[in-house]
Amino acid sequence: MQPNSSQKLKIVTLVSVGKHPQSGRVRRADQDSRAVELGLRLSADQADGLVVLHAGDPNEPSLRSYAGMGLTAINVLQLDPAADAVAPLGEQLHQSGADIVLTGVRAESGEGSGMLPYQLAEKLGWSIVPRVADIVSVKEGVAEVLQALPRGQRRAVKVRLPFIASIDTAAPMARQSAFGPAQRAAMTVTVVNAETDTLRQSWHEAVAKKRPKRLKVIKAKTAAERFKAATAKSQSEGGRIMKQESAGEQAQAILDLLVEEGVLR
Amino acid sequence: MIFEWLHPLLIATALLLAVIGAVRRVKLWRAGQPDQVDLMAGLMAMPGRYLHDLHDIVERDKYMSRTHAATGGGFVLSALLIMLVHLLGIDSQILAWALLASLALMFVGALFVFKRRLNPPSRISKGPWMRLPKSLLAFAVGFFVLTLPAAGVLSDGFMSQVGGVLLTLVLTALIIWGMGELFFGMTWGGPMKHAFAGALHLAFHRRQERFGGGRSTGLKPLDLSLATEVGGVLGVAKPTDFKWNQLLGFDACVQCGKCEAVCPAFAAGQPLNPKKLIQDMVVGLAGGSDAKYAGSPYPGIEVGNAKGGPNQIITDGLLAPETLWSCTTCRACVEECPMMIEHVDAIVDMRRFLTMEKGSTPNKGAEVLDNIIATDNPNGYAPASRTHWAADQNLPLMRDVKQAEVLFWVSDGAFDMRSQRILRAFVKLLKAAKVDFAVLGDEELDCGDVARRLGDDATFQNLAKRNLAVLSQYKFSKIVTTDPHAYHCLRNEYNDFGSDALNGVEVFHHTTFLNSLVQQGSLQLDPFIGGKVTYHDPCYLGRYNGEYEAPRELLRSMGIEIAEMERSGFRSRCCGGGGGAPITDIPGERRIADMRMEDANETGAELVAVGCQQCTAMLEGVVEPRPQVKDIAEILVGQLVDPTANGLAKEVH
Ligand code: SF4
Ligand code: SF4
Repeated sequence: MQPNSSQKLKIVTLVSVGKHPQSGRVRRADQDSRAVELGLRLSADQADGLVVLHAGDPNEPSLRSYAGMGLTAINVLQLDPAADAVAPLGEQLHQSGADIVLTGVRAESGEGSGMLPYQLAEKLGWSIVPRVADIVSVKEGVAEVLQALPRGQRRAVKVRLPFIASIDTAAPMARQSAFGPAQRAAMTVTVVNAETDTLRQSWHEAVAKKRPKRLKVIKAKTAAERFKAATAKSQSEGGRIMKQESAGEQAQAILDLLVEEGVLR
Repeated sequence: MIFEWLHPLLIATALLLAVIGAVRRVKLWRAGQPDQVDLMAGLMAMPGRYLHDLHDIVERDKYMSRTHAATGGGFVLSALLIMLVHLLGIDSQILAWALLASLALMFVGALFVFKRRLNPPSRISKGPWMRLPKSLLAFAVGFFVLTLPAAGVLSDGFMSQVGGVLLTLVLTALIIWGMGELFFGMTWGGPMKHAFAGALHLAFHRRQERFGGGRSTGLKPLDLSLATEVGGVLGVAKPTDFKWNQLLGFDACVQCGKCEAVCPAFAAGQPLNPKKLIQDMVVGLAGGSDAKYAGSPYPGIEVGNAKGGPNQIITDGLLAPETLWSCTTCRACVEECPMMIEHVDAIVDMRRFLTMEKGSTPNKGAEVLDNIIATDNPNGYAPASRTHWAADQNLPLMRDVKQAEVLFWVSDGAFDMRSQRILRAFVKLLKAAKVDFAVLGDEELDCGDVARRLGDDATFQNLAKRNLAVLSQYKFSKIVTTDPHAYHCLRNEYNDFGSDALNGVEVFHHTTFLNSLVQQGSLQLDPFIGGKVTYHDPCYLGRYNGEYEAPRELLRSMGIEIAEMERSGFRSRCCGGGGGAPITDIPGERRIADMRMEDANETGAELVAVGCQQCTAMLEGVVEPRPQVKDIAEILVGQLVDPTANGLAKEVH
């Protein structure tokens, strides 16, 4: 990543309240914290280059775990829990003069429809790049972005600033959240009025359950066969067949893979 | 004649310089944080502590204890008498003879120091320490000759008559050399600093409970309000963030390397050497570099590049974070240290800064901490699945029964299949002995051990308080657990949080509890037939809690004659599993668990008995062929007579 040096980038990351899949406890959301991570990396050479924005309750404890990543402040648009956050967020982003807005793909709690980035983009008239794994560079008002595709593939796209990117779980892991900075960060609160999301009020929320899967009957006699059957699917996928290349290149490819997989350090 | 004024003047000068040095040194220590110690009481108790507590540790090495008693005792006595005889000029033959005698004692001691230094083991530091025996000899010889006239052995005129100027010069040189080392060097950072700082360290030790045979192993809670205080920092970032008496403690180090010799991380070639660590803290508190350090390095890190100062961040240049993360918190170093220095406290203090301020716990550290915070267990399993292991065990829940004689603290072993075998074995024994017990079920949380050792004291305190809140709802007189880490936390570290949940409650390790059941005759055991057995002392049971006997007695009660490893009891070598070390996983040249299994192999044992699920996991991780590894509870279940089988059968009907 080589952030633009000639021009100061203004990056805003939107964060929401996450929910741990096993315990259901509030936490920093996985994708949102990756978005904070990416924002921090992009603005690493600028003091306070990253603005982190949340719409909701400024006393929400999970905000502190975002702050623990080294944020000095989090801007909170304080609004009624029943309010629709899209309008005030759009307003705020419009005024802020942001170049890049980072969000998660979808929230871990609440509606979790994944619509927010699209609605904001529509409202602001910006481009949206979904499922971003990395922002490689920003030069002369154009960003080179890597989108995450299934099975570890990437697609490089160029997009003109300003734009919204939703960050995929393929983006770099969020740094550790430390207790000290988390406690110290300021919550800069702006009270806003927003329309109540009336549609949502009539909904009934329930815990999502994975649909049960029909078990495949495997007629394997040995453990090895069962193991093969269980793992067979991914065998032929991915990878590379190297026949023409020199032995050196082939060895290098193997070495690279081992390093990449963390087998060698 | 020049003697009359020259030597008293020299002595006075040396003493004055020593006093100036002492004031400067004290200032360096006082730059640390305040700590509550009773200064007067400490000073009064100091001689006794030297003679008992410190000497008891030195006494493990008879040669050294005698040598030190002669040299140190001779020197202290000589120094006092020198002041009387030569500085104040008290003309008394008795005093002079006493001085001669004490110098002779010192001389003999110094000869033995000299002898030991002829072919020194690698653990002890060389450098200035190599000249110490010679300085001691110079001091003793110089003052001996100087005292002869006062004792009436030689006439006053002897010097001027016989040796004349030459003898005077030689004598003066010896005295200056001797006093330079022993008076001046004592407070200006020479090897003799250990006497000055060591004595005061005994007086003002941060863990006064250790004296008089006591034990004090629980980590001190961190004041979390520091986070939001102006200029506050969590943990130790700079040397001055240590308590002042911790700084004093570092200065007491004699670089004997006893800690280095027992450190499992050092032996495994990980970048940690507790002796060097303490010396680096001295560099930090005084400012400078480690260029003069003359001992073994941190494995894989060259000596000479570390720089620090009282107000510089320690991990920026003085110490690599990997050094701190290599420690298993096994306390072997603390147990061996003759100066009673607290390495583990210092290491965890610095880890707290790295975790709670920098957010840089290495490898799986961050993930494990996140899991503990979100799910109350290190692997992120659903909290509601905590009792799945006992689905077929029909265990009474505290939530239902409200009270029981024994609360069985299951620990996070509940989530691990291997540990579950130990838990099942223990439950079977409890049932066989008809113990009235209950478990907390899903209300039990991780005890906080790992979080605390990884430097996250906020998470530890949070877990401790929540666990205590649960415990306070129920009535029980004993807690028993199969996990020495939980045992240690519950017994030694949960008392700092103002809860009365554990008032009047005794906390037991399962081996202690089972042993009492066996001794009472509540459990009948068949003799064990099946080869040689050795026993591995878990650090958190042995060194942390002093329980060496119960597990051994249990084994003996099955007719097992334990083939002890060379390093056992308080000298037991760690399995490598403590202090979050398997999580931070700092690379070394060997694995600690392999070395421990090597120890076991040397006894020819076919079975290693342990009393800890973490040790079991570490030792079973060693590649075969190797002896079997079993928790004592598992061995006991195998030998149980009077059958739970019948008992169980009845239940089933
Ligand atoms: S810390 Fe203790 S054991 Fe280690 S070298 Fe110093 S005095 Fe010896
Ligand atoms: S506690 Fe154990 S691992 Fe840590 S420094 Fe001391 S001896 Fe080494």
